[in-house]
Amino acid sequence: MSNLVLKYTVDAEDFTRAGEASSDVKGKLKRMGVPPDAVRKVAIAMYEGEINMVIHADGGEITVEITPSQIIMILADKGPGIKDIDKAMQAGWSTASENVRALGFGAGMGLPNMKKYSDEMKIDTVIGVGTTVTMKVNI
Amino acid sequence: MTIADIKNYLDAEVLCGEELMYKEVHTACGSDMMSDVLAYVKDQSVLLTGLCNPQVVRTAEMMDIICLCFIRGKRPSQEVIDLASERDLVVLASSKRMFEACGILYANGLAGGAVLE
Ligand SMILES: Nc1ncnc2c1ncn2[C@@H]1O[C@H](COP(=O)(O)OP(=O)(O)OP(=O)(O)O)[C@@H](O)[C@H]1O
Ligand SMILES: [Mg+2]
Repeated sequence: MSNLVLKYTVDAEDFTRAGEASSDVKGKLKRMGVPPDAVRKVAIAMYEGEINMVIHADGGEITVEITPSQIIMILADKGPGIKDIDKAMQAGWSTASENVRALGFGAGMGLPNMKKYSDEMKIDTVIGVGTTVTMKVNI
Repeated sequence: MTIADIKNYLDAEVLCGEELMYKEVHTACGSDMMSDVLAYVKDQSVLLTGLCNPQVVRTAEMMDIICLCFIRGKRPSQEVIDLASERDLVVLASSKRMFEACGILYANGLAGGAVLE
């Protein structure tokens, strides 16, 4: 069987729509019969990444590849990049504005959650160029 | 406890999902920060929050939460209620404050969730 590849454009203009891509992927994985634990891990990890693209990076592109043994998520943005990845990975560390906090984000928990829920995570970031986060969840 | 029990304990109004009130709830979580909520995995849980935007529904969706309870008299927009309804979530609204709402449910036997390691 060939792998299924899904592609999404994440628009940063409309915060109310943030999470639509993750919602779509969750629905598809469920219908494909992927075990619920793996579906939930993918959904939460991808949703945190999708929100980050919206609040920190002006949107971007998400590619999800579904293979028989794992789900690979690639979240690529052309945002400002992450200056200090070690700091960004710490629980509670955030540069989010008051506006973003009023929307319920900016606890500094997103990247730690993404690491926790994925089986593998890699961040490639260049200041002023953008950030690509790759996450894998084993089925 | 069932969602119907929660409605009674918190003196809440049902905004959608009346037909799902029989569902059992095992754990609860109260927060206005969605990533805090996303850090805990629970089964069949209720989320208490004073935050009213669509991301509350999306957070609940990602986590398989079955009931949302807006507190402090907060009322979500119809758009948010519709989004929740499409996802088979029960939506309640209570005028209780966070501390009191959590305290009542905890005292009546509802547990907090476990951290996924
Ligand atoms: N795609 C990104 N582009 C640029 N900076 C980012 C990106 N993702 C994360 N960051 C930076 O890393 C910090 C930590 O991210 P993390 O997701 O852990 O927390 P947060 O988004 O600030 O808050 P939360 O996720 O709890 O809502 C952010 O505050 C931001 O400075
Ligand atoms: Mg984040």
